[in-house]
Amino acid sequence: MTEAAKEKAYRVHLMVCAGTGCVSNHSFEVKDALEKEIKKFGLENEVLVVTTGCNGFCERGPLLVVQPGNIFYQQLTVKDIPHLVEEHLLKGRPVKKLMYTPPKEKTPIPVLSDIDFFKKQVLIALRNRGLIDPEKIDEYIARDGYVAMGKALTEMAPEKIISEISISGLRGRGGAGFPTGLKWQMVRNAVSSNGGEKYLICNGDEGDPGAFMDRSILEADPHSVIEGMVIGAKAVGASQGFVYVRNEYPLAIKRMTIALEQARAYGLLGQDILGTGFDFDIKIVRGAGAFVCGEETALIASVEGRLGEPRQRPPYPAQSGLWGRPTCINNVETWANVPVIIARGAKWYASIGTPTSKGTKVFSLVGKINNTGLVEVPMGITLREIIYDIGGGIPGGKAFKAVQTGGPSGGCIPKEQLDLPIDYESLTKAGSMMGSGGMVVMDEDTCMVDVARYFLSFTQDESCGKCTPCREGTKAMLDILTRITEGKGTEEDLVLLEDMAHAVKDSALCGLGKTAPNPVLTTLRYFRNEYEVHIRQKKCPAHVCRQLNVYTINEEICLNKGKGCDVCRRNCASEAIQGAKNEAHRIDQSKCIKCGVCFNVCNFGAVKVD
Amino acid sequence: MPKLTLEELAKIREKTKRLTTVRAGGEYRAKICVHMGTCGIAAGARTIMNVLMKELEERAVSDVLLTNSGCAGLCSREPMATVELAGQAPVKYVDLNEKKIKEIFEKHVLGGHIVTQYALGIGSEKTDL
Repeated sequence: MTEAAKEKAYRVHLMVCAGTGCVSNHSFEVKDALEKEIKKFGLENEVLVVTTGCNGFCERGPLLVVQPGNIFYQQLTVKDIPHLVEEHLLKGRPVKKLMYTPPKEKTPIPVLSDIDFFKKQVLIALRNRGLIDPEKIDEYIARDGYVAMGKALTEMAPEKIISEISISGLRGRGGAGFPTGLKWQMVRNAVSSNGGEKYLICNGDEGDPGAFMDRSILEADPHSVIEGMVIGAKAVGASQGFVYVRNEYPLAIKRMTIALEQARAYGLLGQDILGTGFDFDIKIVRGAGAFVCGEETALIASVEGRLGEPRQRPPYPAQSGLWGRPTCINNVETWANVPVIIARGAKWYASIGTPTSKGTKVFSLVGKINNTGLVEVPMGITLREIIYDIGGGIPGGKAFKAVQTGGPSGGCIPKEQLDLPIDYESLTKAGSMMGSGGMVVMDEDTCMVDVARYFLSFTQDESCGKCTPCREGTKAMLDILTRITEGKGTEEDLVLLEDMAHAVKDSALCGLGKTAPNPVLTTLRYFRNEYEVHIRQKKCPAHVCRQLNVYTINEEICLNKGKGCDVCRRNCASEAIQGAKNEAHRIDQSKCIKCGVCFNVCNFGAVKVD
Repeated sequence: MPKLTLEELAKIREKTKRLTTVRAGGEYRAKICVHMGTCGIAAGARTIMNVLMKELEERAVSDVLLTNSGCAGLCSREPMATVELAGQAPVKYVDLNEKKIKEIFEKHVLGGHIVTQYALGIGSEKTDL
C-alpha cells in the first residue's frame, strides 16, 4: 500500500509494539499475521496496523493495543491471530483469553489504563509511547510535536528558554542530576575561542546491565529528542549536534536515522528552520559499546575519534568540550523532557515531584519482579509503590531482599528503606544514586556478597585503566570479594575492603571509578552480617556461592521415597556419590566439586544444601 | 520537498490528528455498532460501515466510537446498526441503506433525536455480561 493510499481514516488502529523486547519475541511476525488475516476478512480498508515503540510492559510481550477502546492484548503468538481478528475485528467481541490477568487473580483486565502497571505512571518523556509510529514524522506532529520548537524559535529569546528550563527544575537524567538550565547557561556564556562554533551532544551511551530507558526513547519517539535538541541549540547558540548511540542498539540507530531524514525533509533541521533563519543539524555517532564512554569527557574523546578515556575536569565540557569548544551534553531522557517543558510551561513541570527533584523519571524495572518493564513515575514516589503497585511484587511468593538503583555503580537498598521517596538526594543519602534509571530487584535467593562481586566485576572489566585507583583498586577489591565468596576471606579482608572502597571513591578520575565501590559500600552497610557469615562460618545463607555449599543426601528420603533411584550417582561428574541402585546414596565430601547437579536432578528432595 | 512554515506544520498536525483520533482515548459520547455477521455483510453492512467511517472523518467527529459485532439474530432485517448515546438505552435500526444511515447519523448520533421510522425498538436483549 502506498503512503498516499494510507492517508484515510480507519475505524480501528492496531498498535503493535515494536520495541526491541517485543521484536525479539516475534512481534513483527505477529504484525504480518495480523495484516494477512485482516486482508482475508476484507477489513483492510477499516483496520490499520501500526508499529509503535516500546509500550513498557515488556514482561508480557508481544503486545497489541486495539484503538479505540484501549484494549490490551499480551503474549500473542502468530497462532492467536486468526481467532483474534475474526472475533474482535470482524464480530466485535474482544478475546478475553488473550488479555492480561494479574498474578493471583482470575479475571482478565481488558483496558490498558485499568491495569496496575500503567495506572500510577505519569508520562512525560514517554508521552508518545504506544501512540505513534516512530518512523512517521506526521504522527509525532499530530501529537503536538514540534510545536514547542516553533514557539522557541519564533517567540522566545535564548535567555527566556534557559530561564524556563531553570525554573522547571529539570536536572540531568543521565544520573548525576546537574541542573540542566545552569548547564545551558554555562554553555551560552562560554566564549568559543576558535571560530565561534558551539556543540550539542545527546548522550545515548546507555551501558548499565538491565537498563533500556534511553534505547526505548530513541526507538519509540526519536523526534522528541530531536525537538529537544533544536530548542537547546537555540538556547546555547549551537549549530551542530551529535547523537551518540551505542552500536548494539541497531533499532534505535535505524529509527533515529529515519527521524533525522524526515525532519530534514520538512525543514525542521538544517538551514533556516521553519523559515526563522536558525540553522542547526544533527549527526549520529555510533559508539563501540564501552561503558566508560557514558562519562561525558570520555564520550567527547570518542566522538573526536580518540580513545574513549575520561580526562580531568575542569575545564568542563560547557567551557571546553568537543574539539575544545563549548559543548552542551545531556542525556536522551533529558532532551525528551525539554519540548514538554517549553510547550506546557516551567511552572506546570515544577509542580510535579519533590522540592529538589522535579518532573518524572524513567526506570527500567528488572530482576526478581513480576512486571518487568519500562516505567515513568513522578519523582517522590516510593520504592514500595514502584516495586509492589506497578511492578506487581516478587514472583513465586519469595521475600523481597534489596533493590539496586543506578546501575552497576549504584547501591543496594534494603527493605527497611522501601518507603523511601525517590529523588536525587534521598537515593544518594541511602548510599545509592539515581543513575540513569536501572532498577534491579532482588529476592531472598540473592547473595548480597555475590551481587557486590558481580557488579564490581562489571565495572572492573569496563574500567579504562587510565587512573590507578580505578584500575588497581577495583581489581584488588574484586580479589577480596572473590576470596570471601570462596570461603577464604578473613576479618581483615573486610576492613581492607571498606578502606579501599573509600579510597577508590575519593581518588578515582571519573564517575566510573568514583561510583564503582557503591555496591560494595551499600551491601557492607545494609548486609554486613552476610559478609560475616561468609567469613566466619564459611557459609552462604542464600546458597549462591557454590564453593561454600555442602551437599548431603538424606538417606531416609533417598531410600523410602526415591527407592535409591540412582539418578544422582549417574549424573555426578566427579564420581563423588556412592550407593547401589535401590539402596541409600551418600556423597563423599572429599570428591564433591559442589556443582549442584545432584541437587537439581533429585526428584524426591533427598539432596540437601547447607 | 518544500520546507515547512509554522502554518504548514499546523496543517499537517490537524490532518494527521483527524486520521488518528481513534487513538486519543477518553470518553465517548456515543457508540455505533454495525452488525457484521455473514447475513449483515451480504445485505450491505460494509456500505453502512464505510458511510459511517466517511461521516466521522469528514465531520472530524472524535467522540463517537464506531464498532462492529456479529449477527444480531434478525437476519431478514439486515443491514442493522445499534446506536447508543451515553446514559441512554441502545436503539436498533433495521433495513438500512446509505441514505437511511446518513439520516440516522445526522439526527440521532449528532442531534440526539431517535429516528423512529427506521428503528426496530429501544433496548437490548440480556446477556450474561
